[in-house]
Amino acid sequence: MKKIFPIILAGILLNAAACKKDSAFLDVQPTSILTNQQAFSDPAQVLSILADLYNRQQDFSGLDNGWASFADFSESFPSENGSASIVQRNEWGFKEWETWDYGYIRDLNLFIERATEANTLAETDKKRFLAEARFLRANYYFEMVKRMGGVPLILQSLRYDFSGDPTYLQYPRAKESEIYDFVISEAEAIKNDLPVNPNEKSRATKGAALAMESRAALYAGSIARYGVNTPQVSLPGLEVSIPASMANGYYTKALNAAKEIISGSAGAYALYKNKPDLGENFASIFLDKGNNPESIWVEDYKLRSGRVNGFTVSTQPRYGAEEEEGGRINPSLNLVQSFEKLDNSFAPIPHTDGSGNPVYYNNLSDIFAGRDARLYGTVILPGSSFKGRPVDIWAGYQLADGSIVTGDDRGAQKTLPGQSGPVQVVGFDGPVSAKEFTAQTGFYLRKYVDPTPGAGSRGTNSEIPFIRYRYAEVMLNAAEAAFELGQADEAAGYMNQVRARAGLTIPLTATDISFDRIVHERRVELAFEGHILFDKKRWRIAHLVWDGNKMTAADLLSNIGSATKRSTQPFGLWPYRLHNPGNANHGKWSFRIVLPVTVTGANRFRLGNYYSFIDDNIRANNPKIVRQPNQ
Amino acid sequence: MKIKSKTGIMKLQTQYIIMLATIATMMSCRKDNYDEPGVLLQGHIVYKGEPIQVEYNQVPFELYQHGFGKTGPINAVFAQDGSYSVLLFSGEYRFIIPNGQGPFKWKQTAAGAPDTTIVALNGSQELDIEVMPYYMIRNPRFSKTGGNIAGSFTIEKIITDASARDIESVSLYLNKTQFVSGADNVALKTMNGSDITDPNNVNLSVAVPTLNPAQSYVFARIGLKIAGVEDRIFSPVMKIDL
Repeated sequence: MKKIFPIILAGILLNAAACKKDSAFLDVQPTSILTNQQAFSDPAQVLSILADLYNRQQDFSGLDNGWASFADFSESFPSENGSASIVQRNEWGFKEWETWDYGYIRDLNLFIERATEANTLAETDKKRFLAEARFLRANYYFEMVKRMGGVPLILQSLRYDFSGDPTYLQYPRAKESEIYDFVISEAEAIKNDLPVNPNEKSRATKGAALAMESRAALYAGSIARYGVNTPQVSLPGLEVSIPASMANGYYTKALNAAKEIISGSAGAYALYKNKPDLGENFASIFLDKGNNPESIWVEDYKLRSGRVNGFTVSTQPRYGAEEEEGGRINPSLNLVQSFEKLDNSFAPIPHTDGSGNPVYYNNLSDIFAGRDARLYGTVILPGSSFKGRPVDIWAGYQLADGSIVTGDDRGAQKTLPGQSGPVQVVGFDGPVSAKEFTAQTGFYLRKYVDPTPGAGSRGTNSEIPFIRYRYAEVMLNAAEAAFELGQADEAAGYMNQVRARAGLTIPLTATDISFDRIVHERRVELAFEGHILFDKKRWRIAHLVWDGNKMTAADLLSNIGSATKRSTQPFGLWPYRLHNPGNANHGKWSFRIVLPVTVTGANRFRLGNYYSFIDDNIRANNPKIVRQPNQ
Repeated sequence: MKIKSKTGIMKLQTQYIIMLATIATMMSCRKDNYDEPGVLLQGHIVYKGEPIQVEYNQVPFELYQHGFGKTGPINAVFAQDGSYSVLLFSGEYRFIIPNGQGPFKWKQTAAGAPDTTIVALNGSQELDIEVMPYYMIRNPRFSKTGGNIAGSFTIEKIITDASARDIESVSLYLNKTQFVSGADNVALKTMNGSDITDPNNVNLSVAVPTLNPAQSYVFARIGLKIAGVEDRIFSPVMKIDL
């Protein structure tokens, strides 16, 4: 009997506790997943969601997506044996450069929808977050339209109803101009919701929105204007190509957006002029994180945070490198010779005199003297230094009879005629034919290569940022747009500022400004920043510059400065030291033009390359997607 | 409980493995494997029965077969001599040449899409595809004089209506291998279309460069670039002894 009491008690307790409704009892909030309202309640939390979206932006060249993204297009030679295909293939595949990340677009749309619904977020925070997400979305659509032409413009998250019929989710491609219009109108719509703060580099600002707008409008304008030169590169529905009548409208928008930045209304951006040596100054634009009025929007890195880049490990000069590698990007003579002389004229690097005899120089670097300071800032030349230490680039000794003594390894030693002991006969940085990591064109890359101690070691890496938009490009956008609108005077004004920073102090006049000048200025100012492909595409000259014909040295040296000059193979310039005791030139340097032996292909840009291939799977899933022309 | 000895486990595992292998051998390689495609479709791309010579790996065609879920092309390219061959299964295929490919006109639908040729395959078949080239290179003759290779030929304009196109240039190519084109050559000589005075007698000559490693022959070919068309039309490849 005594046992009955606890049983009754247990029964009462059970009843009392169990009388909740099932729905109330089972509805427990998970402790490891946040609801949308919770996730969008705290600004720090929203920022961390946004950080992921920032991270997923796509760059053509990026410090974290492989050195090879900088190396193509005959502007450089890839000094890594595994990447020889870059100079051995004869053409680019139609799939190359494609992007179709609608998963990212969906996440951006979801972010915008959820942040709009968030009711505990302060209004100012909300405005900024929304503007940032819209900026990222517009910038990615810009990236897509550059590569694919018109794409489906999806501005809300799509949901499948599991009815078995997904056709209502199939959107056709928008017109190419509609995507550009979207990018431009988004920039206008959000610019005033973004902070005016030139010191904010890694998050979107008013400056970034305007820089995006100016570049996008410029691209659209030039496709409209120069598309007439390639009538085959078009589709009847205008998913590809923009009518010529729209050119001036776009150029005007490009000019106005650029002017808004230049006028200072988006913050005090300016050309970087912090160092007295103009070449060093140019190199520092890409290295100086702390005090840089030039960069507008960057992809940033930070040491010891896990977010670092190994670009310097891949590209540092091999001799004295912090790892047993480096030197992968060897800028080509094609690019090096296109840097102007200080009198604004184009000329080959003077390795021979008028009658074809070699010119002898006392110092290795003398041959490059008197040129655009951007040459020094972009390229590590023979005889120049990196990290305060001279690079050792020279190809060998030239004897009295013209024969060459050189070695097949870095810093190899041999005995010269008339000497008793072996001496070094080739530089520790090469060039040695087909020896990876040596300077096989005679040059190394300087732009974006970080001289900070440790930056070249795999365990540390580098924290220099990749600049996505910078002030000098905005100036060049303004110059090009003004030129195309018939305001050559104004164009000269913008260009002269950028050129003066590079030591080209003789101003160009309105009559000097030509299409070729515009093309040239962007090539040398923005080399290795991921512009060349898209610039050549939008001007519709890619199929002329990369026409698949092999080059001779004579080809290389002619028509420097012409926009349509062929550049299908990367050439090099190798220094040799004369060994001819008793000769006045004994011990001096001469130079020879070489085509690196591994260069067997010639770049051919086919008309089908203007817009990247849309995968068969995408078109099979959505029959409304029309295919690209000429593929 | 007694713990099994190590060797006992090993023995057991070996038995299982042998058993599994036996089952796998007996069960597989039958029902779940399809026969490989065995029906050969081959032929040439022709104009009035004469093969059209094109650049290696540059002129593609596509075959579609509907009725199996997703639709995607079977991609292939024409060889230099205009020939093609694909191994398929029997069935009905649609054959197209994508827009903007080839030195010829491919029929189009009213909407501007490439029109299809329907190929009903029921066993191996030879099928020549008839197209309209803009030009044909007739009577190519090559000769060696001193260190030069000279080529002479006649140009016949095939399309003369409103869609006719001009000749942009003609080129004589030499190569060490039988693949001869703008992308693969050791020497070339180009003449602009505007410099051609008599299309019935065009002459080009190019010096044979030093071949490394040396060989006693070269392959020569003439290519014609049509204004506004990317792919060139060629003459047949000729082997010339030096």
